[in-house]
Amino acid sequence: MKNPLDSISGTIISGFVLTLILYIFANGVL
Amino acid sequence: MDLLLDRWLHILAGVTWVGLLYYFNFVQVPGLAAAKADGTAAGITKHIAPRALLWFRWAAVVTWLTGAYYLARAGTFADAFVLQGPHAYLGIGAWLGTIMLFNVWVLIWPNQKKVLGLVDASDAEKAKAARTALLASRTNTMLSIPMLFFMVTGSLSHIGMF
Repeated sequence: MKNPLDSISGTIISGFVLTLILYIFANGVL
Repeated sequence: MDLLLDRWLHILAGVTWVGLLYYFNFVQVPGLAAAKADGTAAGITKHIAPRALLWFRWAAVVTWLTGAYYLARAGTFADAFVLQGPHAYLGIGAWLGTIMLFNVWVLIWPNQKKVLGLVDASDAEKAKAARTALLASRTNTMLSIPMLFFMVTGSLSHIGMF
């Protein structure tokens, strides 16, 4: 599987996905 | 008053840090690849990259220290870092910023020194260092997106955004 951090677009998309995951964590777990 | 000044300095330093991070990722890395292809990379690696890295790594330190001072002075440092109560959201941003500072000083800067020839390294070591520095820099770019979200929204938690 290709590392998403090898491309700028993959890096930005990963950042938005991580934001969503942490948002769900912050609202659902904390 | 000191919290106001500290917050202002924190944002100024943060803009400098993250601005240079985006410059490295969106401009310098692809630009350098093109410059190497036509033999014009020397000026960038000799004159531009070391200056950009100087501002980058020290802006990271100032950003973290002014942020930590703000939390400590406001009496919320521990609550933020253990993700407790209304300061949890800012705490997530603070943890992400702390990981980014670690990446700058432990992964990016030592490896960039090898890549730029500021310390001795063989060609194989330089190639490995370039890959490590790139991935750490890309990781920080990725982390900056949720970090900024939680810094901005976390500082508004008193108006009940969450």
